[in-house]
Amino acid sequence: MSLTNSERAIITTIWDKISTQADVIGTETLERLFSSYPQTKTYFPHFDLHPGSPQLRAHGSKVMAALGDAVKNIDNVEVALTKLSELHAYVLRVDPVNFKLLSHCLLVTLAAHFPADLSAEVHAAWDKFLSLVSSILTEKYR
Amino acid sequence: MVHLSNEEKAAVTSLWGKVNVEETGGEALGRLLVVYPWTQRFFEHFGDLSSPSAIMGNPKVKAHGAKVLASFSEGLNHLDNLKGTFAKLSELHCDKLHVDPENFRLLGNVIVIVLAHHHGHDLTPTVQAAFQKVVAGVAHALGHKYH
Repeated sequence: MSLTNSERAIITTIWDKISTQADVIGTETLERLFSSYPQTKTYFPHFDLHPGSPQLRAHGSKVMAALGDAVKNIDNVEVALTKLSELHAYVLRVDPVNFKLLSHCLLVTLAAHFPADLSAEVHAAWDKFLSLVSSILTEKYR
Repeated sequence: MVHLSNEEKAAVTSLWGKVNVEETGGEALGRLLVVYPWTQRFFEHFGDLSSPSAIMGNPKVKAHGAKVLASFSEGLNHLDNLKGTFAKLSELHCDKLHVDPENFRLLGNVIVIVLAHHHGHDLTPTVQAAFQKVVAGVAHALGHKYH
């Protein structure tokens, strides 16, 4: 699976809008994840996961920053995410199913915050991009 | 059976009351076909599905989406017995339509995204969580009679 030129253009354009609110988006995505899919909280026993928690905000920012790196290096996402891929494979070992759940919650958050921008075409491009990121993050698992 | 608290049921009912079922259905089905193009396999007879705008504007897509969501909407009145409510439709989707139940999960999530798109302020994390339970329950009920 690789991104077309048109998809790359869509992704980077939308990212420019999202990045100004990255922290809010990141935090809300995680809140939605933990609300809808409580089993995902099992990866964060060491966190205070209540809405407004500084740890939640920090982690949301971290996730968004990584996505930002991927967008900046959209022609070579594998290279940009090498370290994160290794981290997830050897240290974090988050079950692959959870990447779909996180991606879905990010799309819901984007749709809620940027309704004018999330056309079907943009939705498709971002779903594909998040799927690509997810597969890169899990590709070293075995 | 879906286990919603009274607050969750109230939240779902309240938000659903604001939803234009016909339009939302058309949009949700359209987005399913755009975002997951392999789902078009069930709709080759629908005419022009050649581009996102063709799909979103296709009258057959809109009409079928409306039909699907009207059925979903009916399910919301029977959250205590989704399996019974969707038994016949489950058999139909298995025996006649041959639809992989994974598609029900995909569509359910697209419905949630469309709700966020139109009712972002109302679809808080808690309300979304209630809806995720509902769409999961409906998807499960539709797959229940498969054999």
